Amino acid sequence: MTASTETARETGGTSGDILAVAREQVLERGEGLTEAQVLEVLQLPGERLTEALALAHEVRMRWCGPDVEVEGIVSLKTGGCPEDCHFCSQSGLFDSPVRAAWLDKDRLVEAAKQTAKTGATEFCIVAAVRGPDEKLMEQIRAGVAAIRAEVDINVACSLGMLTQAQVDELAAMGVHRYNHNLETARSHFPEVVTTHTWEERWETLQMIRAAGMEVCCGGIVGMGETLEQRAEFAVQLAELEPDEVPMNFLIPNPGTPFAHLDVPQGPDALMTIAAFRLAMPKTVLRFAGGRELTLGDLGAEQGMLGGVNAIIVGNYLTNLGRPAEQDLEMLETLKMPIKALNDTL
Amino acid sequence: MTTEPVTETVATFCSWCGGETTGADLAGSSAEHERCRARLALVDPPRHCPECGRRMVVQVDPMGWTARCSRHGETTSASRGQR
Repeated sequence: MTASTETARETGGTSGDILAVAREQVLERGEGLTEAQVLEVLQLPGERLTEALALAHEVRMRWCGPDVEVEGIVSLKTGGCPEDCHFCSQSGLFDSPVRAAWLDKDRLVEAAKQTAKTGATEFCIVAAVRGPDEKLMEQIRAGVAAIRAEVDINVACSLGMLTQAQVDELAAMGVHRYNHNLETARSHFPEVVTTHTWEERWETLQMIRAAGMEVCCGGIVGMGETLEQRAEFAVQLAELEPDEVPMNFLIPNPGTPFAHLDVPQGPDALMTIAAFRLAMPKTVLRFAGGRELTLGDLGAEQGMLGGVNAIIVGNYLTNLGRPAEQDLEMLETLKMPIKALNDTL
Repeated sequence: MTTEPVTETVATFCSWCGGETTGADLAGSSAEHERCRARLALVDPPRHCPECGRRMVVQVDPMGWTARCSRHGETTSASRGQR
């Protein structure tokens, strides 16, 4: 045994070429890469990006199929959040240009209708809060009931950390999926958020799963994490076994502590997409915020052909996305069918 | 007699950063608000009123946005022909 083989085995890495190993382990057997193996992918030289994306695409097609899950999101309560997530322009603790706003029920239902018209199967209601208070829960009750009565779409929520009673109530309302991002690796989380812990988020996610709702959990690439921490994050997500992983790329927003960080580079982001797909071969991997700045139009297509099998269409919470028509045209060009609603239940 | 070209000197405000702008900024020929213009074109709705620079209350929804200035009223993406 060579020294490098020994080291690779000790760290859970591989002695052979990582993409050849991934082809056998992930593509053929459906077993995600280990942390050390994900790191090997992230460290591949740029000239192997196309190869990594092609393999990730094969994995996605083999284990998830050709369908693309389309989702729309809307901010029900914007700004004024008491938490200090350093990437977020909605924290009330930073001098951000984002001012507090509430969406009324009629506009919430209209947003769900607009989303459904795109062919989307999921509509996520998001609030910038630590966790919901009674006022917000009342709005959610009324909003979810109205959407379910008027719009043929699954309703998801993202309302921060929950109590068991709130989890149970959301499940009883018929909320299909709950989003709560871990955002980054456990070891990097204290550099990103100081007002609550990674473990508190993990606890909410466990309650969501136990209550029977689908778990949506991802994060943001480019918040100063090392490649090692990015690999750590990928396997921590894999361990959670979420139904969906939204991948965001940092948008350095003015007034936030991360305003000075650079927008992640496209090749770096694409290699991360491939690595995450190889870590989680059977999970819905969704393009979320920041792809417009990081990847542009061409990079978005490369991502769709590199492991991604879901997108958020239209605008995000405080940022704008590409026009929905542009993404739908892209899917048509790529011959990727939009997942039907009856396939999601 | 020669006539100097008329230069737009009416000061308004950048709807991204809230800083003062000139006609040249708005026309895209000034470097000063280049980043602001890029962000507005790609990922950000207006956050500051272009008439007075005040921060606006902005609601983004899946297909558009609405921005309200306490002094100058409401603007929408539809009224500007934007997404």
